[in-house]
Amino acid sequence: MSNTTEQVVEVSRRDVLKGGAALTVAFFLPARGRATDGNADAAFAPNAFVRITPDDVVTVYAKHLEMGQGVYTGLATIVAEELDADWSQVRVEGAPANAKLYNNSAFGPMQGTGGSTSIANSWDQLRKAGATARALLVTAAAQRWGVPADEITVSRGKVEHAASKRSARFGELVAEAAKLPVPKDVKLKDPSQFTLIGKDTIRVDARDKANGTAMFTQDVRFPGMLTAAVVHPPRFGAKVKSFDAAKARAVKGVKTVVAFETPVRSGVAVLATDFWTAKKAAESIAVEWDETNAFRRSSADILAEYRELAKQPGRSARSEGDVEQAFKSAARVLEAVYEFPYLAHASMEPLNCVVRIGARECEVWNGEQFQTVDQASIARLLGLPPSNVRLHQLYAGGSFGRRANPKSDYLLEAVAIAKAAGVDVPVKLVWTREQDTRAGFYRPIYVHALKAGLDKDGNLIAWRHRIVGQSIMGEAALFGPPQAIDTTSVEGASTLPYSIPNLAVELHTTKVGVPVQWWRSVGSTHTAFSTECFLDEIARATGRDPYEFRRSLLSSKHSRHLAALDLVAEKSGWKNARPKDEVWGLALHESFNSVVAQVAQLKRLGDGFKLHKVVCAVDCGLAINPNIVAMQMESGIGYGLSAALTGAITLRDGVVEQGNFDDYPVLRMNQMPAVDVYIVPSQANPTGVGEPATPVIAPALANALATATGKPVYALPLSAQGITLA
Amino acid sequence: MITLDINGKTFETDADPDTPLLWVLRDHLGLTGTKYGCGKALCGACTVHLNGQPVRSCVMPVSAAANAKITTIEAVGESAVGKAVQDAWAAESVAQCGYCQSGQIMSATALLMTNKSPTDEDIDAAMSGNVCRCATYVRIRAAIKRAANALS
Repeated sequence: MSNTTEQVVEVSRRDVLKGGAALTVAFFLPARGRATDGNADAAFAPNAFVRITPDDVVTVYAKHLEMGQGVYTGLATIVAEELDADWSQVRVEGAPANAKLYNNSAFGPMQGTGGSTSIANSWDQLRKAGATARALLVTAAAQRWGVPADEITVSRGKVEHAASKRSARFGELVAEAAKLPVPKDVKLKDPSQFTLIGKDTIRVDARDKANGTAMFTQDVRFPGMLTAAVVHPPRFGAKVKSFDAAKARAVKGVKTVVAFETPVRSGVAVLATDFWTAKKAAESIAVEWDETNAFRRSSADILAEYRELAKQPGRSARSEGDVEQAFKSAARVLEAVYEFPYLAHASMEPLNCVVRIGARECEVWNGEQFQTVDQASIARLLGLPPSNVRLHQLYAGGSFGRRANPKSDYLLEAVAIAKAAGVDVPVKLVWTREQDTRAGFYRPIYVHALKAGLDKDGNLIAWRHRIVGQSIMGEAALFGPPQAIDTTSVEGASTLPYSIPNLAVELHTTKVGVPVQWWRSVGSTHTAFSTECFLDEIARATGRDPYEFRRSLLSSKHSRHLAALDLVAEKSGWKNARPKDEVWGLALHESFNSVVAQVAQLKRLGDGFKLHKVVCAVDCGLAINPNIVAMQMESGIGYGLSAALTGAITLRDGVVEQGNFDDYPVLRMNQMPAVDVYIVPSQANPTGVGEPATPVIAPALANALATATGKPVYALPLSAQGITLA
Repeated sequence: MITLDINGKTFETDADPDTPLLWVLRDHLGLTGTKYGCGKALCGACTVHLNGQPVRSCVMPVSAAANAKITTIEAVGESAVGKAVQDAWAAESVAQCGYCQSGQIMSATALLMTNKSPTDEDIDAAMSGNVCRCATYVRIRAAIKRAANALS
């Protein structure tokens, strides 16, 4: 199965409902992985999500970006389940940009992928899409055979009437099915009838991603295409004053050199026949920068400011009881301050995209995560209607949030370069790893100050949590005016599930000048750490077991927390004696409507430790594909662990000090623990899995380290605290 | 002109001799299965085989690859070991975003060509130069062991 590069273009619902003939417009990329699509004219497409052709291929249009999280497989599984298709006949294509047909209902009237919402927001929609197509195929068969529809069964792509021993493949029925009126209401399956959901069907992209044929934006090539390499400013906010490109222009293969400016970034671009030629030429360009408005602060200075702010009351994000009064009456008070650095997403595929500016339209090839925003941004830059910006979907080599850029930064850069160059051929913008790392849009720096009050019996009676940092949503400025409290700054803290009679969460929102963005699990990347580490500190201070302590603070209304916590305790053997050379740490956190609990198991090795295993329990509602849920838990653990161990972007005098995997180290094979994943059985609607495992590993690991060494971890990454694991 | 032997076929390229093999493969010859990740031999996404040895094509000048037998992801499956590795990759559901997996598979195949039953330590040593940001490492390890079993 393959991610083909054919696209539906701007199909109105009416056209789609009619099963319109001109459903697809082919364009040509290197001809690999294109679906067999012999008979487009006779296609049957009862809605915008499923299309069946006479060759018996079921094509599912995925409105969400496949960036590794397995969403193509998950979305197709839902459709195929209700359609009763055979998994082997199912193909997936990225849907085009169309906010009417393909909006993310969790985002409102916009198309985009994020917040671990893809399956959750598609669940009802795609069940209905599959069931509708099935109903029409059944009606078509009933009419053809002159039998009652309710005597017809469908299984694995075959429509059958047992009594008359007649059967037909889907492909044989599409011509008749396409002529039928689309029913408004269709019956959905009872979960007991599921044959694909809950099974570990093989991913639709597994084969192509093992043989090099999966198509990423980086792989898009066109005859005559130019590749742009760029010179970026040394500091955020610096602008090109002048540049000398005489040497660059003289290089064979260089077509032109232009300055560009977007709302995000100013720079110089070399357009050449290939990347290496463009890059070498770009390195020869001398640029003089206007740094009048350049950002010139340092991480150390930002942290110092935040530490002071954390001593002052902030704006209230949650308030119950009277914490200050409770502290006065407390027999004992504990305090801790936690610090978190900027983090880069550092996807494997350095950011890149291909654009072609035509007379009245613009085409973009990209692993598209934020269609509606990107269409609008590009349309604004070019003075086009948004619908004239056509987005062609490709696989993304990771994202972790980065490709849903609120300013469409790299896309606008490519468009600005193509526009400045005045070319109508496709232009591929390719950033180097260093440019990708230094381009900003980081997980922000945060400082948290926590204070707990205990009564004379050691009961937790008061909890105050102050958070200081930039507002991701406020700076994104996409969803109306900035809110007094950016919920993504406090999520996980303001939603603390533990029953504490006096509880306050406060926020200081800062303005810094470093572009920030959502990073896999957003606010939870820092709130899970401070809350779960501080909770363990209280448990240690009062001599309580971390599992029993959490349990005692969770009421029955947090049954999913209790289920995940109990499951991880049971499967890890938390209540049993540990192996002599092991120390374990526990953490529990809800994000994106899923609850994850993890036990990090450290093994002593000489003077140090190795994280040899993580036991993970998750309640994510109904697991569409349990194997993919497990993959996402493993992935989240690895991504979160990478940040916990060594992840830090630091600035000195406004310059980002890291650039590549040598100075921004990421997790490698020898550092990856074994991971055991257990899913809480559930028939509830599915919830997120792409992000929720990410924030839990750092506190689980830090709690194990604190238990082992007696020294709590108050700042990440561990490497900056002199802590390395074997 | 530099003559290259890639996947059993002969190619001529007029690229500058200092152009990394990676960019000749990708931009000049259209063999885009080999990926650019870091440009400094730090991530392994660009791994190809040069006379059977895994090399980072992003730092190897194309001139150094002349007269050598180059194998890329596009043809690694033609060998029994490469095919077993690719099959194991699918069976273990290794790939997530998939961008690094060409390089992972080239490194894993090179390992199994010289070591029929690698230990965990062997796998760590052979594979720690290949970065995966989706952290598919647990499954890469399992897939290498599965491929080793299939070949034994």
